[in-house]
Amino acid sequence: MPAYTLKRTFVAFLILIVVSGLTFSLSHLSADPALTIGGEQASEEDIQAIRKLYGFDRPIYIQYFDWLGRALAGDFGESYHYKQRVFDMVSERIGRTMLLGTLAILFALVVSIPLGTLAAMRPNSIIDRIALFIAVLGQALPTFWFALMMIIVFGVWWRWLPISGHTQWANYVMPTIALGYYATPALMRLTRAGMIEVLASDYIRTARAKGLSPASVLFKHALRNAIIPVVALAAVWFGFMLGGSIVIETIFNLKGIGWLSYDALLRSDLPVVQAIVLVFASFYVVLTLLADLLNAYLDPRISVR
Amino acid sequence: MSFRKLAGVAASIAGAAMIATSASAGPDDDSLVIAWGSTGPIENVDNYFNTNRTGIWFSRMVWDQLIYREPKTFEYKPLLATSWELLNDTTWQFKLRQGVKFHNGEPFDADDVVFTMNWISNPDNGVKVQRNVNWIDRAEKVDRYTVNLHMKKPFPQAFEFLSGPLTIYPNEYYAEVGPEGMGRKPVGTGPMKVVSIKTAEEYVFEKNEGYTWGSPKGEAQVSSMVVREIADVQTQIAELLAGGIDVTADISADHVDQIGQVPGYEALQAGTMRTGYIGFDAAGRGNFEPTTKLKVRQAMAHAIDRAALVKNLIRGDAGVIHTPCFPTQFGCDAEAAVRYEFDPEKARALLAEAGYPDGFEIGFYTFRPADWAEAIMGDLAKVGIRATLTKMPYFALRDKQRSEGTTPMFLMDWGSYSMNDMSAITSHFFKKGPDDFALDDEVAAWLEEGDTSSDPEVRKAAYRKAVEKITREVYWLPMFNHVRNYAYREELNFIPYQDEIPRFWQYGWASS
Repeated sequence: MPAYTLKRTFVAFLILIVVSGLTFSLSHLSADPALTIGGEQASEEDIQAIRKLYGFDRPIYIQYFDWLGRALAGDFGESYHYKQRVFDMVSERIGRTMLLGTLAILFALVVSIPLGTLAAMRPNSIIDRIALFIAVLGQALPTFWFALMMIIVFGVWWRWLPISGHTQWANYVMPTIALGYYATPALMRLTRAGMIEVLASDYIRTARAKGLSPASVLFKHALRNAIIPVVALAAVWFGFMLGGSIVIETIFNLKGIGWLSYDALLRSDLPVVQAIVLVFASFYVVLTLLADLLNAYLDPRISVR
Repeated sequence: MSFRKLAGVAASIAGAAMIATSASAGPDDDSLVIAWGSTGPIENVDNYFNTNRTGIWFSRMVWDQLIYREPKTFEYKPLLATSWELLNDTTWQFKLRQGVKFHNGEPFDADDVVFTMNWISNPDNGVKVQRNVNWIDRAEKVDRYTVNLHMKKPFPQAFEFLSGPLTIYPNEYYAEVGPEGMGRKPVGTGPMKVVSIKTAEEYVFEKNEGYTWGSPKGEAQVSSMVVREIADVQTQIAELLAGGIDVTADISADHVDQIGQVPGYEALQAGTMRTGYIGFDAAGRGNFEPTTKLKVRQAMAHAIDRAALVKNLIRGDAGVIHTPCFPTQFGCDAEAAVRYEFDPEKARALLAEAGYPDGFEIGFYTFRPADWAEAIMGDLAKVGIRATLTKMPYFALRDKQRSEGTTPMFLMDWGSYSMNDMSAITSHFFKKGPDDFALDDEVAAWLEEGDTSSDPEVRKAAYRKAVEKITREVYWLPMFNHVRNYAYREELNFIPYQDEIPRFWQYGWASS
């Protein structure tokens, strides 16, 4: 297990280095940062001066290692557009994205686990069909469309919920549902499949034969075992949620790091783009690593393999 | 938790949500909420340290200039200066208004003007747009309310700058806080005071109650105002229809039609001085032969039905333009421009004469909506010119044009920094700078003459020759003036302007 943990951690670190290198080189190839800094009204002389001042005239690998060295020390540079420290900009907004991601994954779990359990208890029943319908709908509906429909119904028609912003808790209701709903189908189907398998197992039959109450069998014995892979998948989905919040944050004007990445991409604000990609990649890699380690802990055969 | 407790929590959640959304914009509290998103947040609201259009409307709210340019007639009127006199070719003398105070109570006088002009014209201070200030030599105080402004050389466009980007700062405050402090807590003499700034989120203003000295800009019509940065247009529209905002200025032509039909709302497409054009690589910077031939460029000019494009796609107050500048701009002589009517037959004949009877393939570049470009490509296809569209972000396209020059044909536009002088557009593109695809010595010389002479008649004559040659040679095919699309609550007295600068403080409620 320690060897497996070390190996997986090393691979995760390598992935982050590769992601940062790819992001750096691709973003520098797609836009000239000197033009971004100079703005619309900069002359050619201004642009040349900026290239020299910021070191954009150096080979790209030197610029990358220079950036990487500073990034490892927590210095992601300064935003070309806002002239603020990227670290401060990300720190200021990451809380909103984390809150949204956490609420969204909780929403997905709260919806998917009971629905999946109910569906497993009565396979092919009307409840199972409804659960399947919800799952298919969740996968089929584009997130942005679902978000806009909620805005029209709850924001414009009924005026129950605020449409944009982040200053009050009500601002998070629609974004949470829009983002969380997308993860619901996978989690629900996994819960259902796991529960069906567990409910047919010998130890459940034994538990029933011993006269335990149905609730005790369901919650203490069946769900407890069936939910383990669901938790592992939820950890991975949580990473997706944080990365996938770009569209949701933009639609609801909820200015976390998802919105910031969209804004930075539009402006070719490369230091911000690089930092956020690295943050999102770190989330994803760390959560995947934790899921792998959890699986290895639960099933030691994985680490042996 | 019992069901009753759960229901109670749910009810309070729903109630709180409804309370949370009830604080909407409107005339009841004499406030105004505006959505702004098209040009994005600004890095620093200090007028001399941003290049974004958001910064332009912000500066008009908070600060004043020496001179006011009336936005409908473009006539110059006194603002912080009450009168002016040209002492010699390079010196203007301004008499200043008495009794004006900055938002922090500092009285306005010559020291503020001298400080501002000398500070911004010092290259060491790094004002972001040097072309706005690099014509100023220095300013000197004559007495408490008289200032002499010395220019490095005769600069006929001076009043466009003095009535536009050059806002006057309080000398003592700015010397103390600098650009960063001014960015955090701006202080000016303008009709609105800044209450708070949350970068990329919202700007909160209140009425400057001391703005009663008869400024031609007029007093603020509401007591408070919030400008919210909302990037997504659909979200802006939803907020408007839900009562969360009162005005949006970023919508499309289709949205104008839809919102205009909703009771309680109005939408319009107001014409601006932003001039659209198709540029050709006439100089052969990208080694593409067809566009270097005059007959080919003439053929393309005749092949494109600009009137139909304006009528069907641009709509509103837009109109076909025949000049490489906006007709209200100084020197932009519409009579001098050679016009090209829509005539596909003539286009085919010209192509054949140029040696392309079967047409040719060409790369077509733009950052504007693809449907505009596709309509143009459809017209060109009818005469045998097969264009391939590449749509790129503005800065990426400009970079490609400047560094590679491999853009034989491009649909672009220019807002002239809202300046009503032809030098702000034509001289930018035809004086052999990085954006010049004609590289015509004669045109460049005429424009230089027009840009630097202090005699208006000499300027007009020089610009007239430039307009004639640019259009005769079809270096550009001027297309149309753009429109800006607005939607707002019908009770609002909404005033759009051609120079694309919203004067938010002039918006007021009809009932108040």
